[in-house]
Amino acid sequence: MRHIISLLMENEPGALSRVVGLFSQRNYNIDSLTVAPTEDNSLSRLTVTTNGDDARIEQITKHLNRLVDVVKLVDLTEGAHVERELMLIKVKALGAQRAEIKRTADIFRGQVVDLTANVFTIQLTGTSDKLDAFIAAMGENTVLEVARTGVSGISRGEKTLAL
Amino acid sequence: MTVEQLSGGEMLIRALHDEGVEIVFGYPGGAVLHIYDAIFQQDKVEHILVRHEQAATHAADGYARATGRPGVVLVTSGPGATNAVTGVATAYMDSIPMVVISGQVESRLIGSDAFQETDMVGISRPIVKHSFMVSSAADIPRIVKEAFHIATTGRPGPVVIDVPKDVTDPKVKLPYEYPKDVKMRSYQVPGKGHSGQIKKAVEALLSAKRPMIYAGGGVIQGNGSELLTKLTQKLGYPITNTLMGLGAYPGTDKQFLGMLGMHGTYEANMAMHYCDVLLGIGARFDDRVTNSDTSKFCPDATILHVDIDPASISKTVTADVPIVGSVTAVLEEMLDQVQKSKTKVDKEALGIWWKQIEQWRGKDSLAIKSSGPDIIMPQQAVQAVYDITKGDAYVSSDVGQHQMFAAQHYTFDKPRRWINSGGLGTMGFGLPAAMGVQFAFPDAISVCITGEGSFQMNLQEYATCMQYQLPIKIICLNNQALGMVKQWQDMQYGGRYSHSTYAESLPDFTKLAEAYGHVGIRISHPDELHSKLEEAFALKDKLVFVDIQVDPNEHVYPMAIKGGAMKDMVLSKTERT
Repeated sequence: MRHIISLLMENEPGALSRVVGLFSQRNYNIDSLTVAPTEDNSLSRLTVTTNGDDARIEQITKHLNRLVDVVKLVDLTEGAHVERELMLIKVKALGAQRAEIKRTADIFRGQVVDLTANVFTIQLTGTSDKLDAFIAAMGENTVLEVARTGVSGISRGEKTLAL
Repeated sequence: MTVEQLSGGEMLIRALHDEGVEIVFGYPGGAVLHIYDAIFQQDKVEHILVRHEQAATHAADGYARATGRPGVVLVTSGPGATNAVTGVATAYMDSIPMVVISGQVESRLIGSDAFQETDMVGISRPIVKHSFMVSSAADIPRIVKEAFHIATTGRPGPVVIDVPKDVTDPKVKLPYEYPKDVKMRSYQVPGKGHSGQIKKAVEALLSAKRPMIYAGGGVIQGNGSELLTKLTQKLGYPITNTLMGLGAYPGTDKQFLGMLGMHGTYEANMAMHYCDVLLGIGARFDDRVTNSDTSKFCPDATILHVDIDPASISKTVTADVPIVGSVTAVLEEMLDQVQKSKTKVDKEALGIWWKQIEQWRGKDSLAIKSSGPDIIMPQQAVQAVYDITKGDAYVSSDVGQHQMFAAQHYTFDKPRRWINSGGLGTMGFGLPAAMGVQFAFPDAISVCITGEGSFQMNLQEYATCMQYQLPIKIICLNNQALGMVKQWQDMQYGGRYSHSTYAESLPDFTKLAEAYGHVGIRISHPDELHSKLEEAFALKDKLVFVDIQVDPNEHVYPMAIKGGAMKDMVLSKTERT
């Protein structure tokens, strides 16, 4: 099963490599990874999506918690949560295609953020599934380049991941 | 009061002293010259010059295992640091508290492929509990304090402090004050276990018909041997120790079934397989215990698992009652709850269980089968060492057949006496580890039971032993081959000895010892085994290398059958379960 694990870690050199290293050294998967400082500059928030059965996810969270740089951790998929990913996608847009692509982007609530005579650059946010669907809708001959941020997430309601 | 002004190099050594460190094992080099100069100008912290950085880590490791205090290592950058890596990994696998200070090139040169530069923090990352890169001398006191705190608390482990040379500049003096305590928001040490869980475990233990206790190195590291012994004897239950746990429970006691696992006794492995309640404590259900297929492990047992590291619980074998806490706190509460519980030990069922166990024990799976009147069996040699040292020596070992023979035939009644690389299985560990022991306990008998293969991996330490006059007794079970490799080649590769034999190129070990100013004794007949060993141990002030020519064809048995359950063992060259 897919899990989204978010954690707060010390915003220090080496902290990120310890987290990422843990995944490779213990043969765990990383499907996506995002990391950036939080409102508290001494802390970074890292969100990783991974796959595995319950036993494996339990091991992953235990080993992450064991890292000295990791301050707090939550498996967002354990409860209700909001997840988003941002994508910038460059597509071929010529002649009649241009209007069609614009319409499709509108349906997906994407925005054209840059264009040339031949190319649209579209920004899209949503769940990873939605981004996948948009890429599929564009078709492989149309897509020139894709830049995705990886999943970021937050739990619903009043629960917070904070110190 | 004026605050003392110290350079970074001076701070490091001073902080070690303030931390209570008495001894540092190390080797100098360019990046640590400022630190070595600071060492020269003080006499509070003693520095031991080894002959190879790997040996520095193993010596610190041996010191830590024997004393329970953290081992401290100082090495230079680049090759100094990489040479230390094997020792750091060894300590990591066995949860040994260690602080390794490695030099680094100047901050401004980091990343430029400077002379003797290597990314030690990066290289050591998967094999340390934590690591620090010092960016300013002002941080040194705090970092040293945190490093020792992390290395010694919770599940212990090695911590690396990487120190760029400019940080130790003797010309830059800064105020020094050693912190009294540690403030780390991201590091908490598990304390006592959950009372509800302990109660559940105690009820399960008391209701058992066929109970078994399986104790590992965590009991020794956590200083829980006394409490474990008390609990086990109060319950009257059978107990086994892992390779790392030998000495956690007195080996000569009748409730002790011997070591378990790949080369464990028949009775220990059988009792594990057939038990209905298993208390695993300070042990991690590793593959050398459970055998490769964990689905066949203890099929009927309710598994109670006590460990200070939550990540060790349900890692390989799912625990029915997990308890995270220090062994002493959990054992104390267990003892208390056993006392209070209305459930009492089922004496009748226990009697039947013991009868069964005694029947298994009757098989005498460690009995020595002689190969002939003129051949020394390796087990005999270990038993002779046991007799002569009255079972009271500190015994380090290397890795291979001799290690298993030592574990099987030197019976440990006390914790911290058996010093071996269990997890990583590091050949070359034995001699430097024995040095660490001897530095910790100058008057104790420090024995290294080794093989001629392992010994040659760190024999340069003969020079260190000479310099510091360490009277270690090296017992070499010389079978003229990499015995364990050869055993596997016998059993699984049709006797094709691919690169495991070298009889024609072995040195004259007696002369080799003499060349370094030590004593060499050669034993080649069973008749002279005892007398010559006694002669060796009588040389109290000398390092003696005892080269014992043992049966080159002997195998270690019992041996787990790969892919089987714990009850599946090869018992001799002709017999299996």
